[in-house]
Amino acid sequence: MTTTTPSQISGRPWWRIPQRHVPVLATGALLLVMYAVGVSQYRAFSNVQVIFNVFIDNGFMLVVAVGMTFVILTGGIDLSVGSVVAMTAMVCASLLQAGVPAPLVLVIALLIGPTLGFLMGAVIHFFEIQPFIVTLAGMFFARGMCTLISKSSIPITDPFWTDAAQQRIGDPKGNFVSISVLIAFAVVVVAAYVLAYTRLGRNTYAIGGNPQSALLMGLPVAKTRIAVYTISGLCAAIGGILLSFYTLSGAPLIAVGMELDVIAAVVIGGTVLTGGSGYVFGTVLGVLVLGVIQTLITFDGSLNSWWTKIVIGGLLFAFILLQRLIGIRKK
Amino acid sequence: MSGRQPVLTMTAISKSFPGVRALDGVDFRMFPGEVHALMGENGAGKSTLIKVLTGVYSNDSGTIELAGAEVSFSGPMQAATHGVSTVYQEVNLCANLSVAENIFIGREPRTFGAIRWGEMRRRARDLLARLDIHIDVTQLLGTYSLAVQQMVAIARAIDIRARVLILDEPTSSLDAGEVEQLFRIMRQLRDEGIAILFVTHFLDQVYGMADRITVLRNGRLVGEYPTAELPQLALVEKMIGKDLDVLEGLDEQPKRELAAIEASTPFLRAEQLGRKGSVAPFTMTIHAGEVVGLAGLLGSGRTEVARLLFGADRADHGGVLINGKPSPLRNPVTAIGHDIAFCSENRRTEGLVGELTVRENIILAMQAARGWLRPIPRRRQDELVEKYISALSIRPANPEMPVRNLSGGNQQKVLLARWLITEPRLLILDEPTRGIDVGAKAEIQKLVVQLSDGGMAVLFISAELEEVLRLSHKIAVMRDRQLVTELANDDTVDAVRVMQTIASGTHHEGPNA
Repeated sequence: MTTTTPSQISGRPWWRIPQRHVPVLATGALLLVMYAVGVSQYRAFSNVQVIFNVFIDNGFMLVVAVGMTFVILTGGIDLSVGSVVAMTAMVCASLLQAGVPAPLVLVIALLIGPTLGFLMGAVIHFFEIQPFIVTLAGMFFARGMCTLISKSSIPITDPFWTDAAQQRIGDPKGNFVSISVLIAFAVVVVAAYVLAYTRLGRNTYAIGGNPQSALLMGLPVAKTRIAVYTISGLCAAIGGILLSFYTLSGAPLIAVGMELDVIAAVVIGGTVLTGGSGYVFGTVLGVLVLGVIQTLITFDGSLNSWWTKIVIGGLLFAFILLQRLIGIRKK
Repeated sequence: MSGRQPVLTMTAISKSFPGVRALDGVDFRMFPGEVHALMGENGAGKSTLIKVLTGVYSNDSGTIELAGAEVSFSGPMQAATHGVSTVYQEVNLCANLSVAENIFIGREPRTFGAIRWGEMRRRARDLLARLDIHIDVTQLLGTYSLAVQQMVAIARAIDIRARVLILDEPTSSLDAGEVEQLFRIMRQLRDEGIAILFVTHFLDQVYGMADRITVLRNGRLVGEYPTAELPQLALVEKMIGKDLDVLEGLDEQPKRELAAIEASTPFLRAEQLGRKGSVAPFTMTIHAGEVVGLAGLLGSGRTEVARLLFGADRADHGGVLINGKPSPLRNPVTAIGHDIAFCSENRRTEGLVGELTVRENIILAMQAARGWLRPIPRRRQDELVEKYISALSIRPANPEMPVRNLSGGNQQKVLLARWLITEPRLLILDEPTRGIDVGAKAEIQKLVVQLSDGGMAVLFISAELEEVLRLSHKIAVMRDRQLVTELANDDTVDAVRVMQTIASGTHHEGPNA
């Protein structure tokens, strides 16, 4: 038996991947495996349109998840997003039904979510209340507003909306995406830029890393914290509009529990729940993982759609465990 | 000094908090190119003065002049832009960001709002090179040692063209070599004309670095002295306002003969105990009534040894004999069952529960040992707690005070009381005197001597070599996560010899069997 030398104890092999990238890479690998499984099992799965459909079906969720990424990066959580999505869709539908012109409806719809987010952020910061409870209140409030607007679903017949819903942007082979997908991509690109290249973005990471330090380093903690909830509200509002494009209606009970799917997607995408580490790119992968699971189960046809939830539950658990293990190893 | 203009003059500063007058008409000034030590016990008002200066608190009365102009800062960031920067005791940076970012966050070079990463990294490298630190600035800060993090914090502070640099306990978590590196940087900055306000508990460091000393006591100014004209003992007297019988008395404590102790069977014997990635297998014996000092640099594996002996980390190599019988220490509960107690280094995060009262904190370990189904009667609790509050002179002597309201030294005593109440046979003390004031430090040292005289085995871990030398019967020296040697603390052993051992790691007679 030989004595362990210090270099063996403290040394790190040169090829080791930086630990901060491990969760995102794991998600990427998982996505590839799932896609490979799909392609090997179902002939139609390799069709490009399958991928496009995943984006079309989940575009609104992607946008909401991007907003959630900001919040989780600061170590917070936003439970109100599902309700805000529904409320935005309801507001659009009811205003359009009342004959309000489409551009004005868009503006109003885009203001509601950020306003609610701003208020929640301010309460969270200045009254030092847990984000969980404040946004839970926001969630009930927004959901209540939905039923206050209408107890039943309101169809949308406005030409601007129906155009947006039916517009197909595609290649000559007939593969296409919807306008929603382009909007979602724009949101992703802008968000990635903000996080990497602006002070707001870097402050978001700093607060998630150590809020006390951020304050002592003179960073605008209050502004940043309020900003992330406002951003999340804005993303939820955009998500709500995209959802109303997708369903051409506003329904009071749509997107119930969506906030949980979104949180799952963000975490599976490698953003650490305690904040300070993660990327928008990871969130895109996280949403895709959820979308591909759904597609696989649809392709199978024999499985109950609730299997989606079971698989997401298992994955979420696995990823939280992975993050924890990395955290422990760091110590 | 008299010919020059002070860069900073604080005049008649007062600040009250509900129930406390934290600062009472304090004057303070600093000249360019000096290291100025601000001294005082915990609660003397040092931190408050610094916070008033940097705008964290607003002063109730008094004026602050910086380079002749009256100022009043709204916060640390504004103070920093005017050239008054602070580096705090705990490194207040973000471990999840890169080194370069930690230096520049909040004032990144930008074009049209976009951060110029390339330029930021280049400037970070240049700045660190000026301090003779050569590291990869794109790496996360958290991957570097605490010492490097501290230097990065200083780099951040001086980048804002600092005129006054406040270093609040910068050395409390650094080892000797790192402290020297820090001092080199401090001297360099001083020679560049920066006024450095230096707060520390280490008197040697004050005398090694400071040009002048300002002493505060109970929120009042005691005086400002050139270091050369204020002997150490006089300084300590001014700080605590009473004669230092305690410290003096301690040096005269005769150490009992090691041979007498070693004759008995050891209370605990670690046989080739080790854990991969934590500490290499080591062999160590601790006898009843013996104080074993554990010396070594920060990160040399001192705490890891303690955690293995307490079962807080599980050993994957070797074993432990207690009173000659093999006794695997699977977890802290087993260790407590063997009458082993562990006062951890991080009293706030690992030891005490700040929201609970002094009484509840003291009772915690004993209650855990009894099992939660058999509550200790309240009267018995009160008796025990009263006894230890007076034995350790915990102040304020109020058992129902939440622990977080106590000073660091008194928190440490509460933690000690918690373990003493369980009447352990081996007490492991990990840095029990770090960051606490001179008076409390002396009391804790005295207590260690008393406990070992009473037959308790003590494993004493401290970064302060002097303290280890004063208290220990034998000294185990750690280096690079190995126990390199054990020195019997006789007349031939002094700080120099221990430091040589730490530095060279030569006495390799240890765990290769």
